[in-house]
Amino acid sequence: MSEQKNDLGQEILKEINQDQTTTEHVRKPFLGKAAIPLLAIVTGLIIGALMIAVTSQSVYAAFGESIGNGFATAFSEIGTAYKALFTGAIGDPIRMINAVKLGDAKEIRQAFNPFLESLVQSTPYIFAGLAVALGFKSGLFNIGVEGQLFIGAACATFVGYSITGLPAWIHMPLAFLAGALGGALWGFVPGFLKAKTGGHEVINTIMMNWIAFRLTEWLLSGPMTRPGSGGMPISPVIQKTAEIPQFFQSPIRFHLGFFIALAVAYLIWWLLFKTTWGLNLRIVGTNPRAARYAGLSTTKSIILAMSLSGALAGMAGAVQVLAVNRSMALGLSSGYGFDSIALALIGNSHPVGVVLASILFGTLRNGATRMMVVSSIPIDIVDVIQAIILMFVAAPAIIRSIYHLRKPKQEEQQIFLSGWGGQS
Amino acid sequence: MTPILELKGITKRFPGVLANDHINLSLNKGEILALLGENGAGKSTLMNILYGLYQPDEGEIWVNGEKVTFNSPIDAISHGIGMVHQHFMLIPVFTVTENVMLGNETVKQAGFLDRKKAADRILEISNHYNLEVNPDDYIRDLPVGVQQRVEIIKLLYREADILIFDEPTAVLTPQEADELFKIMRSLVAQGKSIIFITHKLREVMEIADRIVVIRRGAVVGETTPAQADRQSLAAMMVGRAVDLEVNRTECKPGELVCSVENMTVVDKFNNVVVDDISLEVYSGEIVGVAGVQGNGQTELVNAITGLQKTLSGKITLLGEDVTKCSPRQITELGTAHVPEDRQADGLVLPFPVAENLVLCTYYKEPFAKGVILQYPVILENAEKLIKAFDIRTPSVFTPVGSLSGGNQQKVIIARELSRPIKFLVASQPTRGLDVGSIEYIHKRIIQKRDEGCGVLLVSPELDEIMELSDRVAVMYRGRIIAIVPNKGITKEYIGLLMAGVVPEEPIQFDESTVVEATF
Repeated sequence: MSEQKNDLGQEILKEINQDQTTTEHVRKPFLGKAAIPLLAIVTGLIIGALMIAVTSQSVYAAFGESIGNGFATAFSEIGTAYKALFTGAIGDPIRMINAVKLGDAKEIRQAFNPFLESLVQSTPYIFAGLAVALGFKSGLFNIGVEGQLFIGAACATFVGYSITGLPAWIHMPLAFLAGALGGALWGFVPGFLKAKTGGHEVINTIMMNWIAFRLTEWLLSGPMTRPGSGGMPISPVIQKTAEIPQFFQSPIRFHLGFFIALAVAYLIWWLLFKTTWGLNLRIVGTNPRAARYAGLSTTKSIILAMSLSGALAGMAGAVQVLAVNRSMALGLSSGYGFDSIALALIGNSHPVGVVLASILFGTLRNGATRMMVVSSIPIDIVDVIQAIILMFVAAPAIIRSIYHLRKPKQEEQQIFLSGWGGQS
Repeated sequence: MTPILELKGITKRFPGVLANDHINLSLNKGEILALLGENGAGKSTLMNILYGLYQPDEGEIWVNGEKVTFNSPIDAISHGIGMVHQHFMLIPVFTVTENVMLGNETVKQAGFLDRKKAADRILEISNHYNLEVNPDDYIRDLPVGVQQRVEIIKLLYREADILIFDEPTAVLTPQEADELFKIMRSLVAQGKSIIFITHKLREVMEIADRIVVIRRGAVVGETTPAQADRQSLAAMMVGRAVDLEVNRTECKPGELVCSVENMTVVDKFNNVVVDDISLEVYSGEIVGVAGVQGNGQTELVNAITGLQKTLSGKITLLGEDVTKCSPRQITELGTAHVPEDRQADGLVLPFPVAENLVLCTYYKEPFAKGVILQYPVILENAEKLIKAFDIRTPSVFTPVGSLSGGNQQKVIIARELSRPIKFLVASQPTRGLDVGSIEYIHKRIIQKRDEGCGVLLVSPELDEIMELSDRVAVMYRGRIIAIVPNKGITKEYIGLLMAGVVPEEPIQFDESTVVEATF
């Protein structure tokens, strides 16, 4: 039946080799873990381009003349749009180079303003994205970032305008921390409920969102309203001492908050990957049963994670109020809390990934404004692009099949084993 | 004579794995062919191909001299192939008749089920093949051995001629296994043919007519029980000589390390799962807890290690009352726990080997200073343990989930045994492992015992218990029905106890026949 000889030496060798190279069978995907998000972004932009062409009236008109004309117009439409997106987001490269050559400080600032404005837009995204990412790493889905952000903003605003006579180096951090604390409280409640009663954090954070929205509405039109606003839901302007400083004169809004965001991202990375607390959170998040076995307290871990996540969300609100708006109104957030879920997913819940994804989203948002002005393409196209990117990141199988990427080994092996009811 | 079944050059690739490599196999009418191989050798893949669940990349299947292709189990069944799965495919709240009918319903006019006719057929089959079963019993009320009979009847009801048994004895007591072997013999005597998949050498020697050994997806040899012995089969399976006997020196029990007094544990539905148990483990001895799976062993272990609350009773570990203690407090006393389900409880699969090796101790010096993890120390520790415990891993950063089952278990063994421990709870420490890893892990456990550690070993594998234990406790329906020294007792005796039968005729022991032997 079998012609294979039972050569002991060779078999041992084979066995050893096989065991040691278990991960070598799989081609490491190009760029490693970043491959899927990057390809998702590229694919998103390509599909966005198709959308621009398909929804443009002039493209249809040109196709009516001739097919060649149609394609030419389509390409030029896409070109214009993406060029506007680019210059709106980063700046006009020629103007930037000339400005640097001239050495005129004011001109340099203005030429680079689109880029700086993109960073301004990215700042709340970074905080909010970190909030969701920290939750994911700890096995929790914090959908309540938006609500935590509003409470954080309200707390920061209150401390910002109501306290007077403090020096800036105390007042500004104090207001910022008040924001973090407010968010932490809003995260603590669903965390506590989850840990002690098993109430699901997704449901409870959504409920907390509604409480936060209505509460801030009431605060802004009642106890915290701006005197003389005539019942408009807007808060008083914060004290000068509470402001997070902007680096340049108006209209350039680039502020210290961006660097605070980077520092916080670093802190979160350090917490997650370099401390026992972080390892504790990650173990509970990845395998709660193993956590129990290893003697960890899942209760503490859940409460801590939700509170920290809420604190980060609160910082997102605080930074917007203290650095950009300088007062609080209801239009504070353009959905940062909900976009943050996408950011955490695209960033693979890693602080570095979240920062990069946030800068991408901030850039897209900022560029879209100019795109709308220049080429009359609605700003919503950016929402579409973001949605497509997110979809691809969430369903990596699509990207893998488009670009013929291999699945990571480990996932495969698990399917492979469980698929047969295998024991090991 | 044409073989009733022939597989020619069956090859199946999974991404990155060659699961079956040009396998040739033939089954003659009326024989029991044992397919022997370690877990992951490719036995199950082959059988799933034969059963139509997978399509082979290459190769042909011939049934009764006729080439066939199976696109689904329905095709396989229609060619007379049936499979008894390791995990039964039965619906507990249905009767035997209903389960057997399911998928092949006998109906009266207008589509009403004809239970009577089906039940008659079942009785007929059960008489013919000596498969005692009552068609009106509900599955949930039947013991596992009888449930397996129902599975077999299901196949015979569908007129299967080729029966595949996938690790059928894994869930049975030794007595039930003997019963199954009798049934298998009577089946082949009446012209059925059987493929028997297993990794247990003893069973192969006992029941098979012919033995085919697979390793790493390829057939590596064919033999018969007459020509082979356990030693040579093991060597074929693993690819090197294996030491099956464990060298166990005389046990020198010392002080009491673990004492459980009148402990009762209930599950979340308030069913008593551990019923008034008392048990003692001394240093330098291995106490084996035998019993068919699901008789309260898991809960006993969970209670001792602090993972489950007790209803009443007292647990004392190393002189301290730990009845209300948390798992961490118990670990810190000097207890180690090799959990039953390594992937669910013992490891964090996506995490690197290095972090898994400090899963229970990462927060302590020298792995952490304050709250800051000391990665150089953690990595150094990992390098050391990988070498000492022969863990085959590409690096300390490899996610533990991508290691083989045996190496995953070695990670746990390394983590638990490398600590200074005085009491070890090992729950099914070799479940699903290959012969080579089993040998290794057994040696390590014996070594710990010789160093003066008390060991509580829980395993449904009677062979393992008999080989390692100094004393054997048998659990049945949540109670320990006997604790006997492992001297001069037979497997049959323990097997009877596992089935809940306390033999009336005492079997000769060296010391005493008393249940609850103490040192």
